[in-house]
Amino acid sequence: MTTQTPNGFTLDNSGKRVVVDPVTRIEGHMRCEVNVNDEGIITNAVSTGTMWRGLEVILKGRDPRDAWAFTERICGVCTGTHALTSVRAVEDALGITIPDNANSIRNIMQLALQIHDHIVHFYHLHALDWVNPVNALRADPKATSELQQMVSPSHPMSSPGYFRDVQNRLKKFVESGQLGLFKNGYWDNPAYLLPPEADLMATTHYLEALDLQKEIVKVHTIFGGKNPHPNWLVGGVPCAINVHGVGAVGAINMERLNLVSSIIDKCMEFNKNVYLPDVVAIGGFYKNWLYGGGLSSKSVLAYGDIPEHPNDFSADQLHLPRGAIINGNLNEVHDVDVRDPEQVQEFVDHSWYDYGEPGKGLHPWDGETNPKFELGPNLKGTRTHIEEIDESAKYSWIKAPRWRGHAMEVGPLSRYIIGYAKGHEDIKNQVEGLLRTMDLPVEALFSTLGRTAARALESEYCGRLQKHFFDKLITNIKNGDSSTANVEKWDPKTWPKEAKGVGMTEAPRGALGHWVRIKDGRIENYQCVVPTTWNGSPRDSQGNIGAFEASLLDTKMERPEEPVEILRTLHSFDPCLACSTHVMSPDGAPLTTVKVR
Amino acid sequence: MSQIETFYDVMRRQGITRRSFMKYCSLTAAALGLGPSFVPKIAHAMETKPRTPVIWVHGLECTCCSESFIRSAHPLAKDVVLSMISLDYDDTLMAAAGHAAEAAFEETIEKYKGNYILAVEGNPPLNEDGMFCITGGKPFVEKLRHAAKDAKAIISWGACASYGCVQAAAPNPTQATPVHKVITDKPIIKVPGCPPIAEVMTGVITYMLTFDRMPELDRQGRPAMFYSQRIHDKCYRRPHFDAGQFVEQWDDEAARKGYCLYKMGCKGPTTYNACSTVRWNEGVSFPIQSGHGCIGCSEDGFWDQHGFYERVTGIKQFGIEATADQIGFATTAVVGGAVAVHAAASALKRAQKKTEEA
Repeated sequence: MTTQTPNGFTLDNSGKRVVVDPVTRIEGHMRCEVNVNDEGIITNAVSTGTMWRGLEVILKGRDPRDAWAFTERICGVCTGTHALTSVRAVEDALGITIPDNANSIRNIMQLALQIHDHIVHFYHLHALDWVNPVNALRADPKATSELQQMVSPSHPMSSPGYFRDVQNRLKKFVESGQLGLFKNGYWDNPAYLLPPEADLMATTHYLEALDLQKEIVKVHTIFGGKNPHPNWLVGGVPCAINVHGVGAVGAINMERLNLVSSIIDKCMEFNKNVYLPDVVAIGGFYKNWLYGGGLSSKSVLAYGDIPEHPNDFSADQLHLPRGAIINGNLNEVHDVDVRDPEQVQEFVDHSWYDYGEPGKGLHPWDGETNPKFELGPNLKGTRTHIEEIDESAKYSWIKAPRWRGHAMEVGPLSRYIIGYAKGHEDIKNQVEGLLRTMDLPVEALFSTLGRTAARALESEYCGRLQKHFFDKLITNIKNGDSSTANVEKWDPKTWPKEAKGVGMTEAPRGALGHWVRIKDGRIENYQCVVPTTWNGSPRDSQGNIGAFEASLLDTKMERPEEPVEILRTLHSFDPCLACSTHVMSPDGAPLTTVKVR
Repeated sequence: MSQIETFYDVMRRQGITRRSFMKYCSLTAAALGLGPSFVPKIAHAMETKPRTPVIWVHGLECTCCSESFIRSAHPLAKDVVLSMISLDYDDTLMAAAGHAAEAAFEETIEKYKGNYILAVEGNPPLNEDGMFCITGGKPFVEKLRHAAKDAKAIISWGACASYGCVQAAAPNPTQATPVHKVITDKPIIKVPGCPPIAEVMTGVITYMLTFDRMPELDRQGRPAMFYSQRIHDKCYRRPHFDAGQFVEQWDDEAARKGYCLYKMGCKGPTTYNACSTVRWNEGVSFPIQSGHGCIGCSEDGFWDQHGFYERVTGIKQFGIEATADQIGFATTAVVGGAVAVHAAASALKRAQKKTEEA
């Protein structure tokens, strides 16, 4: 049957149904079903979040100063970004300002996460959708070396011997018969287009990136004590600064700062010598594969992040842009106000929750949710063995957030489209440079490849921003300011009886918001609307489809039983399902308890 | 099997000499608390062992354990995955998806019956017929049971698998349940922490591959080599605790001198983990070194024990017949109230995650 969605997509669920569950190389649990017509083209897509943890009810009644630690555990991949959003929400509610150094340190940490997450995503979660490590065995190491020197003349690890070593190691690995993570990959699928040399180069960088990523996070370890899950503080940062006097070895001192600086340099080098050149080189072979645009050419959203000054979140003071574009009109970037009850709302008509009445949307401060796991009449299978899901009914643990009623895409590509449309100088230069290098029109941005490229550009930009805030931190210390925390309102006795606040960040995957209500020193209500809730959203009562589903439509599959193309496009969003599916009743209503066995 | 690259091959190929390799083995032995007589054993194991199959499954979790695992510096994560184990199923990292992934799962169980290690990250929720965590259209708990049946041993990674962690905090809406309460007929090694330290994770695996046996476990099922001492016992700020030098509020002079964080709610005195010795991310730091107290993330039910800034009470200092309150300055920042002072110094040795409300 063919239907037209209000947001401009045509759905036809008559063709063969293809199920992908689990969707692998993502954070958390997700299922995807598509219908494919006789030509192998996807005509309908259904994405299901298949996990739910209930963190927000767990937060009810707790000390708001502890909330960062709970919410940080929403996700260990984008570790720290929920914690930062949480301390911002609590500070906003209680009117707590943070010192300049704390702003710089938080930005350096948040940027470290962006860079880490983007690199790990590209090499360890996404690359195998484009790169065939088995094909790398056929490469000529000498030709690979030449390719490497051509795409990245300043990368030091480029000798034929180096690539031969990696290839030999790979060969032994494959010949052992124990293929490990590569087992059952789709290695003879014609969707893989790289020549063996590019495959070998990229596989080599898979390993280099694995070594580098453990260095990037040391920035978190220095300021926050560990990674994953560094420590944060309402009112500033927990680490004290002492570069001059007695006991400096017990604080952030010159040695610590030097380590941070050296890591920032390493990241910048990797972005310049490896990540960006790889995206250009690999992208060059796939530049006719411009599927996957979905919502990106219509509706995109960003809250903005990386404030230049502490306590100032006005749009023109943020290094990552804020705004909303709807109906594809790049000439008008709308301002976004997350406090406005008319702007951000969540719907549950196709989610496993119940609002009591159909079609109702709620702003997060007033959010209410009761889990209700029920499957539609057209389900194939049983309640505990889903073979084919019924998307006409409830079908996901993810809610459907909407901005003024529109389904929105969030993430690096959204940030870059908004930045480009607003004339953000750094972003505009990067985008134009890349399109020129690859000889592609601006429309090419609205694609799976565009999403992947925007992430690489952003990683490079974030490296420069990290350096900016490191220099800022040093200058400020030089000027005699070592302050890292404001403790004026640490004591709950200083708090108002009731307060509400909101914290925003741009997580690696996109716009992230936490809304908190505090009463008598305790959390009364806590709601998070996270990037993958936006992107992985199921349909709403109007029938609008979300970003994942929209992006899969019209894609041609080489072999429908091998979901390379589906994985490619879904991965380009860097889905994070633990993030997206944790919402819970703010009134703490008791849940039906059914014990299994 | 001769084709399989051993750990020694890897090191040699990377230009590491026999001498350095033996030195590495000595360091590994030392890190595991073993004497010099174990060095040749470690060397032999690393030179000859084929890769052990591992199935790594994910329940309700946040993936911080996987993220921690890939941070391992010695051994490097890539060497573990390419040369020490055969990670035949791991939905976070594997190339295949859907049916092809499920097939890899079944093939591994079938082929290596009784010989694979099952690594579990996260836990199964039991409410709603288990459908709060669905994989392959079915409840995760079914997959866990299926994989456990023929496993040689199970590793419960992190606080989720070991104790339940954040989703099991009150009121535990999904009835998230730790692995040992669902699987009761297999040896289970708990490696708690949120997440565990990377080198502790790879250390446990390396130990099992090297000695071909389970590590010695304490009463809670944790490897004694990494979890038998409190963070407080080996904390480099311990002398400040003993001397009565405390941080009284964030960013005060004492904080800038690296004094003890006990009064800021540090749970080091009641937390069993290797953070103050192995430290984090290649030994760069650990929470206390970076100015925030320990939140006790490797202890059972730490989310519900107390606020992270509430002081652990009843801790006496060695050789000092006074509590921190009497020695330090007047408390300014910590949740107030009289401190019950009953515990004798020997009580410190008992596991005391049961801290009293201050």
